[in-house]
Amino acid sequence: MTGATATGRRPSLTRRTVVDRVLLYGAATLLGLWTLLPIYLIALAAFGKSLAVYEFPKSFLPTGFSTETMSFFVNSTGVLESVRNSVIVALGTIVLGLSIGTPAGYALARFRFPGRDLFHLAVLSSKMFPIAILSIPLAVTFIGIGLYDTLLGVVIIHSAMVLPFIVIVTAGVFHGVSRELEEAAMTLGTSRFGAFMRVALPLALPGLAAAAIFAFVSSWNEVFAATILTVRERTLPAHVLAGLNQSPLYFKFAGGFFMIIPSFFFIFFMRRYLFNLWGPGR
Amino acid sequence: MASVSFETVRKVFGKTTALRDVDLAIRDGEFMVLLGPSGCGKTTLLRCLAGLERIDGGAVRIGEREVSDLPPRDRNIAMVFQSYAVFPHMKVYDNIAFGLRMRKKPKPEIERRVREGAALLQLEPFLDRYPAQLSGGQRQRVAVARAIVTDAPVLLMDEPLSNLDALLRLHARAELKRLHNDVKRTTVYVTHDQIEALSMGDRIAVMKDGEIVQVDNPSVLYDRPANVFVGSFIGSPPMNFLRCVARNGTAVGDGWQVPGPPAMDGKPMLLGIRPENIRIGDGPLRGQVVVAEPLGSHTLLTVKVGPDTMKVVAPADSAFRPDEMLQLGPEPHKVRWMDEATGGAVTAPH
Repeated sequence: MTGATATGRRPSLTRRTVVDRVLLYGAATLLGLWTLLPIYLIALAAFGKSLAVYEFPKSFLPTGFSTETMSFFVNSTGVLESVRNSVIVALGTIVLGLSIGTPAGYALARFRFPGRDLFHLAVLSSKMFPIAILSIPLAVTFIGIGLYDTLLGVVIIHSAMVLPFIVIVTAGVFHGVSRELEEAAMTLGTSRFGAFMRVALPLALPGLAAAAIFAFVSSWNEVFAATILTVRERTLPAHVLAGLNQSPLYFKFAGGFFMIIPSFFFIFFMRRYLFNLWGPGR
Repeated sequence: MASVSFETVRKVFGKTTALRDVDLAIRDGEFMVLLGPSGCGKTTLLRCLAGLERIDGGAVRIGEREVSDLPPRDRNIAMVFQSYAVFPHMKVYDNIAFGLRMRKKPKPEIERRVREGAALLQLEPFLDRYPAQLSGGQRQRVAVARAIVTDAPVLLMDEPLSNLDALLRLHARAELKRLHNDVKRTTVYVTHDQIEALSMGDRIAVMKDGEIVQVDNPSVLYDRPANVFVGSFIGSPPMNFLRCVARNGTAVGDGWQVPGPPAMDGKPMLLGIRPENIRIGDGPLRGQVVVAEPLGSHTLLTVKVGPDTMKVVAPADSAFRPDEMLQLGPEPHKVRWMDEATGGAVTAPH
């Protein structure tokens, strides 16, 4: 009798779990397809034969591997220079963004000071201004002070754009480093700064690395400010955008694929950290 | 070796005053416990000594030197934190060596002293491990070892046992006391656990609302509390207080009279007596048993005497029933008279 009820109950429970599973994985699969399918198609076009992109109907399977499209893209005029520019600008953005953002995040996490909440809000609200509105005054100002069409100018703008994120993330990271650890270091003989360098910073490193990767990818993908503020010193997205109308379709696919790569690395590095940031991992 | 003194130390956090002109002199090599309920300022006082908080008035001295404005590293102290604050990114060895490296000791000396410290706290097998691989008790010992090896003459401890489970705490308490006997550093130990304070302290400073209410050695503190607060905070169960009025050298309560209060005629008073200092069977108090709790080593009675309730320690084999009437006699030389209005002790008549 008891055995019968137990076995009678179990299948219904299992059925509910199965339905849950199906819904969950179904939704996840749909979301996955939504993002991965275009990437797959881009990769297909980038590594297929150049002219294959014009064929119709399209084949969903690779019809023939070829580096012809990618090498055409990489060898086009200005591409290598713009890749170099992009790397320089992205690295510059990491350096400038972190060297300003880390102390700000640390201050937000550690100290209670007048206007702290206002500062927090100001950091976030700077994200409210669309770069499009700022671009003309920025261009004018940059021309005035000689930063127009320089990589430094783009670095400054990109840093400004990623700073709010860096400040918020590093504040979260330092918040997770117990204050008592630094105090312990100080009682053991370090200065305030020494405690930061020897204890808080090493412990915050994974989080700072994530912020750095974010800065890199943001800068790498940013197109609007880079286009407005440069003429010759183009970053890769600005360069691709400038030639978009004149270039053949396969060039666009190759460029698109090229620009996705860093984002992939970003997600793989950040995955675990982002889960920590946005909620407990399961 | 160094003594420590606080002279009218004030500390203010915004609108709240955390320390109100605290005076305290700690002798060289003494184990001083700062005891009080949470929020009484004991940890703040310790942090002011460590240099982790800036004082807003008065002076802090270590030895002859005023250290009020010095950063922690110039005070030559070592501290054990409540959370242990063991550096998670360093192995146990490097944790213990940290203070020595900061003091720029030569490498062979660091090596020797880390091994000594590890031996003292039975940490030798763990030197190559990271703190995450240790138990709470082991981490606590790492924190103690890290503080001890620096040879700082003053050792500060902020509730170092409060995160351990009960059994381990008992063991660690004895270990810390043994350690203090071995190294004889001036130790300032913060706790809210009165048993910890009584068992470890050479002297105890009881704090309340940012003030020190009594400083004395444990037995005096226990037998002769300076006020109702100390009497009720120290001891488990706490001291009993019965309301009465003084008349011609006699305390008159609700249905009882006890001789002996100081001449304070007509004033409402409290008769303070510890549960274990009450004779059962005869005496001036008549009470009704509310509940009897056998606790193994003794039986704890809750007895209603007039409007007041008191705890009485009875022998383990005694069999009292609820509602039973008892005659109770507080031992005269153990009675502590308090002024009900101020809560302060009144000069004992003997």
